[in-house]
Amino acid sequence: MTLAGAIPRWPRRLRAGLGLLAALSALAVVGPWMAGDPTAIVDPKVVGLLPPGSVRAVVVRRDGTTVAGDALRRSGPDWVLVRGGAEVTVTGSEVARAGVRRFWAGTDVVGRDVLARLVNGARVSLGVGALALAVALVLGVGVGLLAGWRGGIVDALLMRLVDALLAIPMLFLLLFLAALFRPSLAVLVLFLGFSSWMGVARLVRGQVLSLKERDFILAARAIGAGPWRIAFRHLLPNALTPLAQDAALRLGDLILVEASLSFLGLGVQPPAASWGTMVAEGQEVLANAWWLTGLPTALVAATVIAAALAADGLQELARSET
Amino acid sequence: MLRRALRRLGAGIALIWLVATFTFLLVSAAPGDFATRLTDPRIPPAARERWRRDFGLDRPLPARYASWLAAAATGDLGSSWIYKQKVSSVLASVLPNTLLLTSLGLALELALGVALAIVQLRRPHGTGDRLITLATLTAYALPTFGVALGLVAVLSYRLHLLPPSHMLSLEGELAHGWARLPDLARHLVLPVVAIGVAGVGAVARYLRGSLLDERLEQYVLAARARGCSPRQALVRHALPNALLPLITMMGMSLPFLVSGSLVIEVVFSWPGMGQVMYNAALGRDLPLLLGGTIVATAAVVVGNLLADLAYAVADPRVRV
Repeated sequence: MTLAGAIPRWPRRLRAGLGLLAALSALAVVGPWMAGDPTAIVDPKVVGLLPPGSVRAVVVRRDGTTVAGDALRRSGPDWVLVRGGAEVTVTGSEVARAGVRRFWAGTDVVGRDVLARLVNGARVSLGVGALALAVALVLGVGVGLLAGWRGGIVDALLMRLVDALLAIPMLFLLLFLAALFRPSLAVLVLFLGFSSWMGVARLVRGQVLSLKERDFILAARAIGAGPWRIAFRHLLPNALTPLAQDAALRLGDLILVEASLSFLGLGVQPPAASWGTMVAEGQEVLANAWWLTGLPTALVAATVIAAALAADGLQELARSET
Repeated sequence: MLRRALRRLGAGIALIWLVATFTFLLVSAAPGDFATRLTDPRIPPAARERWRRDFGLDRPLPARYASWLAAAATGDLGSSWIYKQKVSSVLASVLPNTLLLTSLGLALELALGVALAIVQLRRPHGTGDRLITLATLTAYALPTFGVALGLVAVLSYRLHLLPPSHMLSLEGELAHGWARLPDLARHLVLPVVAIGVAGVGAVARYLRGSLLDERLEQYVLAARARGCSPRQALVRHALPNALLPLITMMGMSLPFLVSGSLVIEVVFSWPGMGQVMYNAALGRDLPLLLGGTIVATAAVVVGNLLADLAYAVADPRVRV
């Protein structure tokens, strides 16, 4: 009855944080189907570097190429585009789709739809962050349980290893690894996860140490429960709230680190693009196109705020439990 | 106390050795070496083999490790491939620039964080407190490059107040000694503010929480009973105790003094450790990457040691 208590009784910040995280995840999962192709290049001459909210007429030909203009009208079976003072006629039989389109988040230099790129970036950024968190949690919980439960020399060795790894400047090491191995998405997830499990291990070990002499654990051992059963049915459920709080903060950290690495060109590699990659690309036109850097930055910040709110809320919950 | 300090120092040296070994093995596992870096197809394979032999790359791994470690122990970290200089002299030439930038940045972060937390504690849960909480949460959540690019976009490109990058302008480069100072100061403002803003969130958020707890402790109530004003009780009595764990926090953020400003240095083209490591990563300059990581780790070890000592000085209950 710790985390599983009725949702309405959760602290407001916890509900707000989890709600925002859920909304962003929904955007990452469903968004890419609705926002269209993030790689489609729409006539850079007319649609390049449009500020958010701009409206342009777009005609998609059957061969996949597009023409765009400021206005659109029909002339018999054909379509006529007003394009920079001149008129362009597209034969009706060539046209696959024609219509007026609003670019809610503007476009980039080559005329790609920023909204489509943002929601696809959400999938990459949140996906990499969440999977790296999963790697860190599996490793950290495993090592923490082992060290705390076994104690003695195993504990001492594992904890010295944790201390040593914590002292390495992680951004340098990640840079190092990225430079040596040019990571694919899967490898990047592993690198990030491996750079982040030590805190989890410390936390879990501490929880195990404080729980393992308690009566209910002794009772479980007395009736012959095995170590796996004790770990997953008795120890972990009782450490769930601090673990969840740590995980929330860690998710924010991982997303920030991924964004920084990708911003430096050493994280997510093209053609995949995360929010960090988008900022790096937009940096070149920083002076006259704020939305290319501003919008992905804002989404990173929103995700980290959501995670921090959830963590604050969980801490509040933990306090009210004791 | 001396014996424990020496033991910590020994553990620190062991740690640096571990990290050096680990990174050396990583580099050895990476595909390609110095000879394959020369991609000119006209170089005959026999010449490549001769180079490998001349540089000792054909020897077995343990032998290479031994000679590398022996050299590294005397401070010789090999030669950088892209800078065509000793790794140690490349790092030594940029380390002061990084220390200047990040120590000012950390000082700003700390001062701003303490000031904000004290203002918030005037009326906890009031409007001002809520607004500052929102601001510090946002500062905490913004990626460093976001803060840096925002400052450049507004203050450099829009308002033309400050230079967007580099440490000195051309006139500054030509000036000598103290005459450089005004130019240097103008170039320092944006990166220092970027570091301060990016870091202030964590400090202020932590300090607010611990001051809220500390405020209810009996010694603060006792100070109030003796006639201290609420402000005095907060600043003179509660703040020093709340600041104690911050020493550890600062000690842990000391690696930042050497490495953490990487993104800032890249955005502002600041000639420091981060910039050099970034170039090394892009150019796959293995000796430089190796040396930089080891120096940064050494800085962390020294930082943690100093933080422990500072803690012992600040809090007589703790003896290292």
